[in-house]
Amino acid sequence: MSAEQDPSQAYAEFVKGIWKENPVFVQVLGMCPMLAVTNTAMNAVAMGGATFFVLVGSSFLVSLLRRYIPAQVRISTYIIIIASFVTIADYVLQAALPAIHKELGAFISLIVVNCLILGRQEAFASKNTVKVAVADAVGMAIGFLFAMLCLGSLREILGNGSLFGFDLFGPRFEPWVVMILPPGGFIMLGVLLLFFNYVKVRRQKRAAEIARVAALEQEAA
Amino acid sequence: MAAEQATAKAEPSSIKLAFTLGFAGLLSGLALVAVYEATLPTIEANKAEALRVAVFKVVKNSSAMQKLVVSGGKLAIAAEGDKQPGIFAAYGKDGRFVGYAIPGKGNGFQDTISLLYGFDPAKKKVVGMEILESRETPGLGDKIFKDKAFVGNFSALDVDPQIVVVKSGRKKPNEVDAITGATISSKAVVKIINEANKSWRQKLAAPGSEPALKAQPKKGAAAQGKGH
Repeated sequence: MSAEQDPSQAYAEFVKGIWKENPVFVQVLGMCPMLAVTNTAMNAVAMGGATFFVLVGSSFLVSLLRRYIPAQVRISTYIIIIASFVTIADYVLQAALPAIHKELGAFISLIVVNCLILGRQEAFASKNTVKVAVADAVGMAIGFLFAMLCLGSLREILGNGSLFGFDLFGPRFEPWVVMILPPGGFIMLGVLLLFFNYVKVRRQKRAAEIARVAALEQEAA
Repeated sequence: MAAEQATAKAEPSSIKLAFTLGFAGLLSGLALVAVYEATLPTIEANKAEALRVAVFKVVKNSSAMQKLVVSGGKLAIAAEGDKQPGIFAAYGKDGRFVGYAIPGKGNGFQDTISLLYGFDPAKKKVVGMEILESRETPGLGDKIFKDKAFVGNFSALDVDPQIVVVKSGRKKPNEVDAITGATISSKAVVKIINEANKSWRQKLAAPGSEPALKAQPKKGAAAQGKGH
């Protein structure tokens, strides 16, 4: 909220979205596209890319216009801004990558209701300078893309025996079909969340241990 | 900071709120119209190109095509940009008629399946089949286009009296082997072709008297579309 922000803040806001506050693995936001279109790595990347464009574009505009948007109509204005970027992404994808657009179908338009995007506008972009807001959006979008890529690659490898369409195991591989079906999305997401929580809890325990040892040493001295 | 909070607390007039939203909507509309206009030619060209590729795939040895629509109970060459449902006549390099590509649509296991199949009127055979759009179950129903053995069923398939799905291996020239685990999807594909045959075959010109290729203007338009 402060008027002057030190340059390292932008960097800190950028980094936090990628790992520590990863929108998918830590905040558990944006689950709809996460589960729906991660059946192949390519779809996941396309969806992540489109979300990147929408999130960064909207955060930039919202932050730039934050003084001119009355609080009473802010959510509607954010939605207009987000929906415009989504529609632009929709047309551009349709023109540039028709095959991928066909695969993603309605989920491109549904980026509008991705709570990750509106959430960043309301919680962050509307209260921060353009530079910091864009850094935050880029970090969050990369975090989202990274999570989509994790889920998409794992599901495609297990469920189809390929990665980005390249066959990995040859014709004798029996694909684990459920992985590219909707239940596979839930299973894989659950496994990944379990892993991330395990890492988090372990890190917290270690930090507590270090603090305890330090306190003991201080007492001894 | 303090001034900002004070203005935020004071209730802005409804007119100002409506103006803000209206202005945002106006700008957004302008941006969208610009993007729509800019991408439309490419999108249309992509669609036309995808259709051309599909037609040339289902009718072998074809390299040119034109759309035919029903007018006055008979099939005639469609005017440029005619949106009526129609079929496609495919021609070889020498401009000789090779076969028809007929689109069909119907219910699959989960959602509408839309497909295109090649038809040779002289031999009365289906000569190729391509699924254009489908949402069949991955790994099972999607074999209607991924399984080469199933698609191969349609490379020389008699249509009289009608195409039949069998489970024990095809023996007659009008039989199609169902996909194990995806009988409904297999049957859906055959049903779509049978129905399209029923509605189009009587309208086809007698073999040998198909409309000749009206090549020049159409080719020019396609090349222009690509250039964008």
